[in-house]
Amino acid sequence: MVYARLILMRLFKAVIVLFLIVIFNFLLIQLAPGDPASILAGEAGAADQEFLNQLRERFGLDQPMYVQLWHYVSGIAMLDFGYSYRLGVPVFDLIMDRLPATLLLTGTAFVLSLVLGIVAGSMAASRVKKPSGSIIMALALVFYATPLFWVALMSVVVFSVYLGWLPAYGLYTVGAGHTGFALVLDVAQHLVLPATTLALFFMAIYTRMTRTSMLDAAQQDYVKTARAKGLKPSIIQRRHVLRNALLPIITLAGLQAGQMVGGAILTETVFAWPGIGRLMFEALQQRDYNLLLGIFFFSAALVIVFNIITDLVYSLADPRIKKGAA
Amino acid sequence: MSFFARFAQNRGALVGLIILLLIIAMAILAPLLFPESPWRMVQRPFLPPLSQDGFPLGTDTMGRNVASGLMHGAWVSLLIGLVSTSVALLIGVPLGAIAGYYGGIIDDVLMRFTEFFQTIPNFALAIVLVAIMQPSITSIVLAIAIVSWPPVARLVRAEFMSLRNREYVEAARLVGQSNSTIILRQILPNTLSPIIVLASLMVATAILLESALSFLGLGDPNVMSWGYMIGAARTVIRQAWWLSFFPGVAILLTVLALNLVGEGLDDALNPKLSRER
Repeated sequence: MVYARLILMRLFKAVIVLFLIVIFNFLLIQLAPGDPASILAGEAGAADQEFLNQLRERFGLDQPMYVQLWHYVSGIAMLDFGYSYRLGVPVFDLIMDRLPATLLLTGTAFVLSLVLGIVAGSMAASRVKKPSGSIIMALALVFYATPLFWVALMSVVVFSVYLGWLPAYGLYTVGAGHTGFALVLDVAQHLVLPATTLALFFMAIYTRMTRTSMLDAAQQDYVKTARAKGLKPSIIQRRHVLRNALLPIITLAGLQAGQMVGGAILTETVFAWPGIGRLMFEALQQRDYNLLLGIFFFSAALVIVFNIITDLVYSLADPRIKKGAA
Repeated sequence: MSFFARFAQNRGALVGLIILLLIIAMAILAPLLFPESPWRMVQRPFLPPLSQDGFPLGTDTMGRNVASGLMHGAWVSLLIGLVSTSVALLIGVPLGAIAGYYGGIIDDVLMRFTEFFQTIPNFALAIVLVAIMQPSITSIVLAIAIVSWPPVARLVRAEFMSLRNREYVEAARLVGQSNSTIILRQILPNTLSPIIVLASLMVATAILLESALSFLGLGDPNVMSWGYMIGAARTVIRQAWWLSFFPGVAILLTVLALNLVGEGLDDALNPKLSRER
């Protein structure tokens, strides 16, 4: 019951946020230089007059602003994001086509960065005053400060060009005709570099968060009790400190996950990964504004879904919420 | 202990400060050492580093001097980082101060507004803003400021909420000071140290954001920036790794230095708290 209510409330909030983003997109179209119709069409001057007139009529650009807004919002409510002028395909179809690749990349990177970050962070927390702990934190700081796209490029140079270990571009080997397990293996190989580079930055964040959170948890009374009972330090770290430190990490991880969609734009661009991030780069290069705004909307929707999932995981992990505290 | 002594106790912060000063020196010396525009094609393209005098880092795909681009780019990165952070502070500090001071419905409305901006993926929003406004220094600064003010608002709000019922604030109220005077003269000065620490970290993030934007081709077409240099060399990475390598190192060092300085400032300004961490 509690879960159902929690999910309903989150969905209600999500709908409001998405509605605001649609309005925001609409305002952006108004803000852009030139005729909104030409922006919806793709590029000022490039669209032919007849098409522009069609668009004007469809979006009612001769009508008052609120009518126009209504047309735009109701269109999106029915999953009509308009056409990508350059590609001549509905924006929605383009995005749906590319979404699985992005989910695979960001999902892998998320799990990878969270697991590695928690491991590294708890190692650093139990070695506070030792050099090994400082080295972990220094590395985390360096990864945090390194531009994502640069790590991506350098990993191509090292692991693909110089060492020749891993493929650098695409989702699978084109023309190899792999099927079944061979295809899975092929995709997995192509996934290694993009997922690792995307994960590095977030791993740095999670490492720092885990360490802080664990040091906080180590100050609590129940840890002192456990120590007084004579439990082994390793058991205290694992059962008492880490468990309690995990809750805030889950919340923060959910918030950070949103930025992962942004990071995917850069990694997908470098690795020619056929996801919505790469699609956004292509839309940018062609000044395909309608496609760009469609992807923007979807990336925000993706973040909201991520956040709802973390909320649910959180409520599963924290037994207090089950008693109706939520 | 003096402010600088506390700062200098953090060895990393000192290293960060030195790197940062070197980069500032690079920005200042750029027009003196390389008076020519970094966009000018001065040699044959794809010259490797250290292969010819005057071109210590080689030339790029168009025969432009990489060393010159790197030095001129320092100026752009620092400028955009500083200005966009200032603009973000101008948005975030008043919003957070008002929300935290008045509380109630004002706080509710402002915080929902802030949350909305926090939900939208930062980088995607920045891309859309710059693309729609057309790439220029102004649009880049605005876009970075618009995506980076929410943490400022939240921090300032939290500080104001904890300070608004302190005795000295009550006293100011009793003497009949107006709300705006109390906000500006009494509470704001006491929230400065965490704001300064956050701001130094924000400059670092802003530089990363700017480089990512210009990497994607959304940089100001009139100024040479590190991100642009890497983006322009992306397609020739197999032939000329150095074109992407050096600007990347420059970004890495600048961002790292700013983070180290931020930690040092945190130690120096909040001496009690930071020893724990």
